[in-house]
Amino acid sequence: MSSVTHSVSDALVITKRQLQQLVRVPEVLIFNTIQPVMFVLLFRYVFGGLGAGIPGGYVQLLMPGIFVQTVTFTLAATAQGLAQDMEKGLIDRFRSLPISRSAVVMGRTLGDGLLNIVVLVVMGVAGYIVGWRPTSSLLHIAAGFILLLFFGYALSWCGVFAGLISKDARVVANVSFLFTFPLTFLSNAFASTTTMPKPLQYFAEWNPVSTMVAATRQLFGFHNTFGVTAHSYPSEHPIVTSLFYMVVLMAIFMPLSVRRYKSANSR
Amino acid sequence: MLALLVYDGAMKSVVAENLVKTYRNGQVKALDNLSLDVEEGTVLGVLGPNGAGKTTTVRVLSTLLKPDSGHATVGGIDVVKDPKAVREIIGLSGQYAALDETLTGWDNLVMFGRLYHLSGEQARVRAKELLEQFSLTDSAHRPIKTFSGGMRRRLDLAASLIVRPKVLFLDEPTTGLDPRGRMEMWEVIQSLVKGGVTLLLTTQYLEEADQLADDIVVIDRGQVIARGSSDQLKAEVGGERLEIVVEESDINAARAVIERIAGGSSTVDQGLRKISAPVRAGTDSLIEVVRELDALKIHPLDLALKRPSLDDVFMSITGHAAEEAVVSNADQPSKKKKGGRK
Repeated sequence: MSSVTHSVSDALVITKRQLQQLVRVPEVLIFNTIQPVMFVLLFRYVFGGLGAGIPGGYVQLLMPGIFVQTVTFTLAATAQGLAQDMEKGLIDRFRSLPISRSAVVMGRTLGDGLLNIVVLVVMGVAGYIVGWRPTSSLLHIAAGFILLLFFGYALSWCGVFAGLISKDARVVANVSFLFTFPLTFLSNAFASTTTMPKPLQYFAEWNPVSTMVAATRQLFGFHNTFGVTAHSYPSEHPIVTSLFYMVVLMAIFMPLSVRRYKSANSR
Repeated sequence: MLALLVYDGAMKSVVAENLVKTYRNGQVKALDNLSLDVEEGTVLGVLGPNGAGKTTTVRVLSTLLKPDSGHATVGGIDVVKDPKAVREIIGLSGQYAALDETLTGWDNLVMFGRLYHLSGEQARVRAKELLEQFSLTDSAHRPIKTFSGGMRRRLDLAASLIVRPKVLFLDEPTTGLDPRGRMEMWEVIQSLVKGGVTLLLTTQYLEEADQLADDIVVIDRGQVIARGSSDQLKAEVGGERLEIVVEESDINAARAVIERIAGGSSTVDQGLRKISAPVRAGTDSLIEVVRELDALKIHPLDLALKRPSLDDVFMSITGHAAEEAVVSNADQPSKKKKGGRK
C-alpha cells in the first residue's frame, strides 16, 4: 500500500476507535444530544414570544441559531478528547507507531464531524416537532447542513491545537467553553443584534457565528431579520464570508496542529 | 564509571552516544552526555531514581523526543534521521498504561494491530494470541477501566508486542503495582526474555534490575555512573553479609562467635539487637555460626545471609541512597498528578 492509502486507513482506524467509544460509553452521545434538544425546547418556549411578526414564528430563526451554537461546541469536544489522549499517554503510543503524522488528528476531527451528523439529525427532528419548517428546496436544506458540518469540522481543528498544547483535559474543556459560549451569544443566533450597544453590534456582525447563522437561515429559506444593521459585507454575503472564515481557520490550524503533534510530548 | 564493558564484535541493537537533552532553556539537564548500548538478545536494565533521566532516555531512543546533541541508533537505524524506520522495529510500553480506557482489551489490541498495518483478520488473530499469552482472555471484552493495575500493564505490554519488535523498551513496567502485580509482570517479562527479545528496561527498583537484566547501567542526574552485570556491581560493594538478631543478654557472646567465624570485625545495632558481619564462605559460615550458637544455647531470633542489594551499590557509588533527585522532575513534570489519579 502506498503511504497515502496508509494515512487514510490509519486515520480511519482512529475514527473507528472514537465511534467504538460511543458504543461503549453511550452516555457521551446521549448527553451530546440531550443538551441541544434542551436548548431547542427552552428557547422555543421561553423566548418564543419574541418572534411576534416573524413569518413562521421565532422557531424559524431559532433553529439555525441552535444548530450553529451546537456545532461551535465541537471545538471544546475535540480539545478535550485530544487532551485526554495526551494525559493518558495514548498520544505517546501513537507517536511510537509507524503511522503517518497526521493520522491521529485527521481521525479525531473526522470522528467529531461524524458525531455532529448524529447530533444535527436529532436536533432537526426535535426542531420539526416544535414547529421548525424550512421552506427552501431539499438541495438548499442539504447545503445548509453540509455548511454546518463543515463549520464544526473547521472548529475541530482549532480544538486539536488547543488540546495538544494544554495537556489537561478539564482545563482545556473549560477554557474552550468559556471562549465559545459568549461567541455564540454575541451574535444574531438568538436575538437581534440591533438592540446591542454599537461596538458589540459591529463585533456581532463580523462574528463567524453570526455569518454562519445568517447563512443557514438563508439556506433554510428564511430572511435573516436578526442583525442587518450595518449593511456590512458579512451580513449581506453570509455564505461567502462563512466559507472564507472556515478556509482561513483550517489553513492556519491544520498545519499548526500536525506540526504540534509531531513534537507532542505528554510528559 | 566503574566498569565499562566492551563487547568486541557483538551486535549492538541499541547504541546511544553522548546524548544531551536540556529543559527550560538549559536550566535542567535531563541527559548529560549519556552513553549506553544494548547487545542483541540481551536485557539492559537502566537503573536510577526519579528524575535521573530514565524516561528521557527511553523517549529519545523510541523517537518521541529529539536530543539536543548526541547520536543514537536502534537496530542500526539513526533515531533522529530515520525515526519512521525505527518505529517499525520497536515496541514501547510506558510508565502509565497507554490504552484507551473506555474500550475493551480486545478493541485496543485490534486497533493497535491495524495501526501496525495488519489486515483486520491478522489483527484479530494476533489480538487473540496476545490475550492468551498474557492470561487476559477472560477479561478481553471488559473495558480497560475495570482492569486492575497489573492487568493494564500486561495489556499495555501486549500492545507493544503486536508486530514482534526487534527492540523493546519498557519504561518502569512495574511502578505503582502491588507486589502480586509486580510478580506477574516479572514472570511475563522473563518469558519474553527467554524468547530472545532485546530489551531496554528502566526501573527504580534495584531488585527488579537484578531479577530481569543481564547488564545494568546505573544513571544519576542524566549520566551513567556505573555499568556492569548485577554480580559485577555487587562485587564492587563486597560479598555477602551475615545478620543475626539475638536477645539483648546474648549479644556479646554471639558477637564473639560471629567475629571468630567471619574472621573480621562485626557491627552491632543495639536497638535492633542485630549483629552483622561480612562473610566469605557464605552458607558454610552460616551453618557454622548456627552450630556454635546452638552449643552455647543461644537462640537467634532472626538469622539471614544477605547478598548486597543494588541499593548498596548505589550508595557506594554516589554516596547517597537512591532517592529522588533534588532538582525538579524535568523528566516527568506531571508525575505527581498522574500518580494521584491511579
